[in-house]
Amino acid sequence: MASIWEYANPRKFMATSAFVLPWIAGLAGVCLVVGLVWGFFFTPDDFRQGSTVKIIYIHVPSAIMAVNAWLMMLVASLIWVIRRHHVSALAAKAAAPVGMVFTLIALATGAIWGQPMWGTWWEWDPRLTSFLILFLFYLGYMALWEAIENPDSAADLTSVLCLVGSVFAVISRYALLFWNQGLHQGATLSLDREQNISNVFWYPLVISLAGFGFLFLALVLYRTQTEIRARRLKALIAQERMG
Amino acid sequence: MPDLGQYAVYVLASYAVSLGLLAVIILASIFQARRIRARLEEVESRKDRAA
Repeated sequence: MASIWEYANPRKFMATSAFVLPWIAGLAGVCLVVGLVWGFFFTPDDFRQGSTVKIIYIHVPSAIMAVNAWLMMLVASLIWVIRRHHVSALAAKAAAPVGMVFTLIALATGAIWGQPMWGTWWEWDPRLTSFLILFLFYLGYMALWEAIENPDSAADLTSVLCLVGSVFAVISRYALLFWNQGLHQGATLSLDREQNISNVFWYPLVISLAGFGFLFLALVLYRTQTEIRARRLKALIAQERMG
Repeated sequence: MPDLGQYAVYVLASYAVSLGLLAVIILASIFQARRIRARLEEVESRKDRAA
């Protein structure tokens, strides 16, 4: 059986990702279209939230993926720190803008939903605040990559930042349990059937969540390929300059 | 189109903003990939010619 560390070889990674990428992108497209069209057009209004319940199909998946993207970056950063595999550092770098966009979507849709339901666009609630801090960490992480010339030093320092930011990623997810206060309601998706939303909302939501997950994976693979090419380009240009 | 009632503006704005942001990250990734790939091919062909 092939070891996972084989994919630390850029050639192996490029070949494998080129093969799986169209399938993952296709799955992302199908799941997103089915989940969002089902949720938007074919689900009823909620008896309390009215039609704003339809925002759930983008807000919840984007919020879940915003946190998971950071945790994926943490794993990739730790692999870089421990084993010095360049592909893992580049995968973490590639994931950051995608995670940032998911965080922004979660913040924006949360604010738009909050105005009619809570009567305010924003509240300094534990979950909202920790999500805003997570968004700022994404921006800081991307800025740090751009600010440091040496890619290995950039990978080292961004790994440390990623480790620190993971505290806020965890807080974003469990803020409601840590501080039992604030406006934000409990988990929408739960393994506990008693706590879960009605099936009529649950099925399209899970399909949409799968779509966001596959989209994240597809974009990370695609952007990691680009980062690997950019790194090779930089090396070739440096070689040319040295004559 | 479903009847979104009094919250139509909020629901439509949520979908428009989200799909717009997703389109931005997808297109930005594609354009960046194309630009880097083209430059890499150019430098590699220059290197091959020089060798």
